[in-house]
Amino acid sequence: MAKQYETVIGLEVHVELATKTKIFCGCSTEFGGAPNTHTCPVCTGMPGSLPVLNKQVVEYAIAVGLATNCSITRYCKFDRKNYFYPDNPQNYQISQLYLPICRNGGVEIETETGKKVVGIHEIHMEEDAGKLIHDEWENCSLVDYNRSGVPLIEIVSEPDMRSAEEVIAYLEKLRLIIQYLGASDCKLQEGSMRADVNLSVREVGAKEFGTRTEMKNLNSFKAIARAIEGEKNRQIDLLNEGKKVIQETRRWDDTKETSYAMRSKEDAQDYRYFPDPDLVPVRISDEWLEEIKANQPEFRTEKMLRYKEEYDIPDYDIDIITNSKHLADIFEATVAICNQPKKVSNWLMVETMRLLKEHEMEPEDIVFSPENLAKLILLVENKAINSTVAKEVFEVVFDKDIDPEAYVEEKGLKTVNDQGALRKTIEYIVEANQQSVEDYHNGKQKAMGFLVGQTMKAMQGKADPAMVNRILKEILES
Amino acid sequence: MANIISDETIEYVGILAKLDLSSEQIEQAKKDMGSMLDYIDKLNELDTEGVEPMSHVFPVQNVFRQDVVTNGDNREQILKNAPGEKDGMFMVPRTVE
Repeated sequence: MAKQYETVIGLEVHVELATKTKIFCGCSTEFGGAPNTHTCPVCTGMPGSLPVLNKQVVEYAIAVGLATNCSITRYCKFDRKNYFYPDNPQNYQISQLYLPICRNGGVEIETETGKKVVGIHEIHMEEDAGKLIHDEWENCSLVDYNRSGVPLIEIVSEPDMRSAEEVIAYLEKLRLIIQYLGASDCKLQEGSMRADVNLSVREVGAKEFGTRTEMKNLNSFKAIARAIEGEKNRQIDLLNEGKKVIQETRRWDDTKETSYAMRSKEDAQDYRYFPDPDLVPVRISDEWLEEIKANQPEFRTEKMLRYKEEYDIPDYDIDIITNSKHLADIFEATVAICNQPKKVSNWLMVETMRLLKEHEMEPEDIVFSPENLAKLILLVENKAINSTVAKEVFEVVFDKDIDPEAYVEEKGLKTVNDQGALRKTIEYIVEANQQSVEDYHNGKQKAMGFLVGQTMKAMQGKADPAMVNRILKEILES
Repeated sequence: MANIISDETIEYVGILAKLDLSSEQIEQAKKDMGSMLDYIDKLNELDTEGVEPMSHVFPVQNVFRQDVVTNGDNREQILKNAPGEKDGMFMVPRTVE
């Protein structure tokens, strides 16, 4: 009989913090600036420059630690991790090895197999590296240090996960907590959240862990799931063939759905960590900790309870809406303007979700404003446009965040509320479709639908269907 | 000298520090490192039971910056420190992926 294997997975998750400035200097962290326009002597590692810690970084790190049930290291410091690579101009990365700011936490995840806690070994603060571009033309590399010194936290889990499903649940949970805190937008595609997967397999029932590999370059949940499946199978195949798994770092190629070795343990780097003498220790007082605790925002569970009480919308809607901080923010702001929770929820649950799926977007990518969604809802409510027109207008709001009032005006999409004009059109349609009128009188309900459709077409969609129905019935029955 | 630094060790340290040493420099470095380790051995003779490792020489802590942008576009100045320049970027020898 074939041997049964169990997969053991631990994650190292890097999250870029949403500070305005870098971790050790006053350079902007804004994305997309021209190369090296957000740099200074500190973040380009010039001799004699002195790093000074951004207080907000410490506060975000503590907030994430508290939200993930970690104990906060009240006396912590920074260490230098030494290595040579041009994306790291100091020849060391400032990180935390000996006294990371958060330790021994965990988050609860829920999958089809039930609930479990994934332990968090530690969370530490560190700086990001610059970006390297390889120039084929000149056969050299070009470096942009705009990202150099952008603050990161690295969240190191315990090897507590056993499947891709659990890994995704854990990442989604972390992402949601961090987004609710406003500590990062956690976009995998843009690299503001990055996960390295440590994976090993062992025979079911074995006490010892197998040899693990570390996988990098995973930039979507789907890629992570595929990489875990691929690596699990690769290791099991090796073991079944009587070979050994080598401890190494592997790079996942999602288009080829395969990974290849980057470096093995034999030439693993010796980082020679030591305390950074340029930075003084951080002592976190009771008062400071209490202040951060008091400023923790409303988390998902609390929000769900409040929505139930305040808005009277279905649990299913609450579940979907609160599953994205951005979506929940849009929901609340829109309701605050138009005071129609059920309508707002419907627009988010149906049309918004449909368009997100169609464009392969995440709720975080939504660009429309609560103001414009509220305006659209009120246009329908006041019968200025019908629901079919509203859906068309919403697609434009979703795309470009246009002002629906101005748009409806400009495109002449307002419902014709002139009953006289509508009656005339219907009379004309009835006249021109005698066969359908006959069918209707013979009990064919479909004929009614056809006549409504013809009328709406003649009105270019700008009629209130209820009104069309009523007038049409009147005429047919007279 | 109690601590003898082997050729392998000095070669390894040289690789880590990206230093290309001549044979005289290697001999000198071996001697220097050996005496540094002797000094550390001396320090190790002290009883430090219950003493917290010192993390900084000055009794200072919590030196922070507020999260406010203070630096503007300084690219021209910064790039003067680059070994080479192209398209506003530092040009360096090609790194292998």
